[in-house]
Amino acid sequence: MNNIFTNNIKKIEFDALIIGGGGSGMRASLELAKSGLKTAVVSKVFPTRSHTVSAQGGITCAIASADPNDDWRWHMYDTVKGADFIGDQDAIEYLCSEGPKAVFELEHMGLPFSRFENGRIYQRPFGGQSKDFGKGGQAARTCAAADRTGHALLHTLYQNNVKEGANFLNEWFAVDLVKNSKDEVTGVIAFSIENGEVAYLKAQATVLATGGAGRIYASTTNALINTGDGLAMALRAGFPAQDMEMWQFHPTGIYGAGSLVTEGCRGEGGFLINKDGERFMERYAPNVKDLAGRDVVARSMVLEILEGRGCGENSDHIYLKLDHLGAEVLNSKLPGICELSKTFAHVDPIYEPIPVVPTCHYMMGGTPTNVSGQAFNRVDNQDYLIPGLFSAGEAACVSVHGANRLGGNSLLDLVVFGRATGKHIQGELKSGGGVESASKSDIDSSLERLNKLNESSEGFDPAEVKKELQECMQNYFGVFRRGEYMKKGLDKLNELREKVDNLHLKDKSDAFNTNRVEAIELQNLFEVAESTAISAYRRTESRGAHARDDYPDRDDDNWLCHSIYDPISKEVSKREVNFEPQKVEAFPPKIRTY
Amino acid sequence: MFDKKLQVSLYRYNPEEDKFPYMKNYTINKPEKDIMVLDLLHLLKEEDQSISYRRSCREGVCGSDGMNINGKNGLACITPISSVVKRNKIELRPLPGLPVIRDLVVDMTEFYAQYEKIKPFLQNETTAPEQERLQSPEERDKLDGLYECILCACCSTSCPSFWWNPDKFVGPAALLQAYRFLADSRDLKTKERLEALSDPFSVYRCHGIMNCVSVCPKGLNPNKAIGEIKSMLHKNKKDIIVSDGV
Repeated sequence: MNNIFTNNIKKIEFDALIIGGGGSGMRASLELAKSGLKTAVVSKVFPTRSHTVSAQGGITCAIASADPNDDWRWHMYDTVKGADFIGDQDAIEYLCSEGPKAVFELEHMGLPFSRFENGRIYQRPFGGQSKDFGKGGQAARTCAAADRTGHALLHTLYQNNVKEGANFLNEWFAVDLVKNSKDEVTGVIAFSIENGEVAYLKAQATVLATGGAGRIYASTTNALINTGDGLAMALRAGFPAQDMEMWQFHPTGIYGAGSLVTEGCRGEGGFLINKDGERFMERYAPNVKDLAGRDVVARSMVLEILEGRGCGENSDHIYLKLDHLGAEVLNSKLPGICELSKTFAHVDPIYEPIPVVPTCHYMMGGTPTNVSGQAFNRVDNQDYLIPGLFSAGEAACVSVHGANRLGGNSLLDLVVFGRATGKHIQGELKSGGGVESASKSDIDSSLERLNKLNESSEGFDPAEVKKELQECMQNYFGVFRRGEYMKKGLDKLNELREKVDNLHLKDKSDAFNTNRVEAIELQNLFEVAESTAISAYRRTESRGAHARDDYPDRDDDNWLCHSIYDPISKEVSKREVNFEPQKVEAFPPKIRTY
Repeated sequence: MFDKKLQVSLYRYNPEEDKFPYMKNYTINKPEKDIMVLDLLHLLKEEDQSISYRRSCREGVCGSDGMNINGKNGLACITPISSVVKRNKIELRPLPGLPVIRDLVVDMTEFYAQYEKIKPFLQNETTAPEQERLQSPEERDKLDGLYECILCACCSTSCPSFWWNPDKFVGPAALLQAYRFLADSRDLKTKERLEALSDPFSVYRCHGIMNCVSVCPKGLNPNKAIGEIKSMLHKNKKDIIVSDGV
């Protein structure tokens, strides 16, 4: 793979190119495969290995099955409140009102949802859900296929892509965006992991659907492949990221292993206890207890541990109690959880509680987009669409999750906005939209990083640098943050920048070289981590998942806004939150309690 | 028990360097606590970066890291070494029967082709209702034990019939999915699906060896599903004969 230049690589042309074969990517590609446009999904793994497969509890949506009077406006209210009021209300309105259509489509495609006696889709309660704008008690709005909803959803989407004859470039790895002289995106440089072949994949529309980057932390529920590749490509191309300080720590990751234990466990009636056996969430969220927002529950757990009421020998975790639900409920509603806890926690939840700890789970931030998935740049406090660039799902920040995502809203986000992005691209390209070609030197410059790595004869060991990066993020940018600690973390990141830019790729072979992939993934992780760290340091308040000891209160006067991270200046600016939904009155900010 | 070292014998093959695959021995300190085979591979890779294998979710749901562990197919990420190490030794090979790309990475083209062949998607051309299609909990229960397949290929690559006819015998994984759609009350192409499977190879090459059942990391039973397909095929054939007679 040495000396790759534009002249000696293959150019393959598409109308639309989707980077990432998870839920949002395959929902977009499904839309495009049916359109007759020449489309391909570029996925570094076979699509059903994508991280969507690990989603468990369900997809939240007001389909009015558990409660025939359910209303998408109630779901919208919950989502706005859950987001701690910095979710864009036009986007949340679109998510919640289009949601039912998108979910019914999934069912028509064959998704094996669990069912109620009347034959409708089963829905379970999840955290932060209410009826009647918070006044009608707990809602049950999360549509589920047992506790394997992500698996069922991802496989259903893949199956329907097969049905529609979609093109896949499986085990191809996208390295960098290609931009033309007008700063339009014209595709990507990618290589085949199987044989090392490098190609310029040219496209009129490039969709970043590469999911999250939980691997910036040492402890995460995320798959090993969640390295923020798309977001990092955008950052390297000079495009901004929004709300990067907002990372969700899921209350129940299995202690020691990090594997996710669905919030559905608490939805079905499970609860958290400290070492005294106390159901401590009664103190922190008297109304909804264990079904408060994830940020609230995660912080309460950490406080219990810090105050010496943690469980186990080192008092460093919490127990999730499920045994009172009985074997029948556990086996029928939560079979996957029973399997996971036996494998990774060595406990059978039918008899014993599961040891859990808050674990990095979800990136609320990402490449900023509008509701059609169009990515935009931010210049002089104005949004400017980036021709040719789109993003959807966890990689994007549209922003429906604001400062804290509600459980079950990520699967809804990826189908609703994957679908919207596909539809928009179809309309745009069919009406003659597109971008100008890139020049040879434009393409050459996108090959630089890959060439540098391939030519490295000395430098730093990627595996070691990755560990340092993950520990730094875990120590300085975790559940609770403080300015002086974050400053230390930023200094450490500055040190690491030098190493990340000078990695030594020892193995230069072409056939399934996972070292090359991992080295590039590390560089991607670093871009995401740096944007996270700087954004977190700059937001001097506590809101949603961003909790600062030194600024413990929400500060609506100064921070009722998105943060925009500029990768070139490494500065953070503010962007107004949308308070203009079209069909309902906006929900004004108020104190957020559960 | 007294030996603190663990011997790992690993299948190595890099097409750019090796004429033939070979087994390479590694000796590592036995980890203090029980770890998964995948963690063991991570430890080896820290020592020898050239080792290649697939992995993603590391919790048994994505199906990336199927491999042959001490002679039996399984997922590395949910197989504790304590369950497979014998006399302080462990042997790791790629899934058998498929071409090796490098080390533990196999070419799964043929496996996926069989999956696509059974039309693994719901077929129902009636106009969809505005809401979901209804399905009773009892009808939905019939999909349990079928839809959970993660396409790891542990079953098909442990099946002698699949080794012999990977192009003609659909194999346990894809047959499990064939039955998943036959069993779905919402799918209306039962007859067409059965006809596509009625040749002597697609289903009937299964001789009930049951390796598929013994290796499935998700505890699924492809053999049972194949049995169900066979009885549906018999019934379908009888129905055709009866209707021809009339």
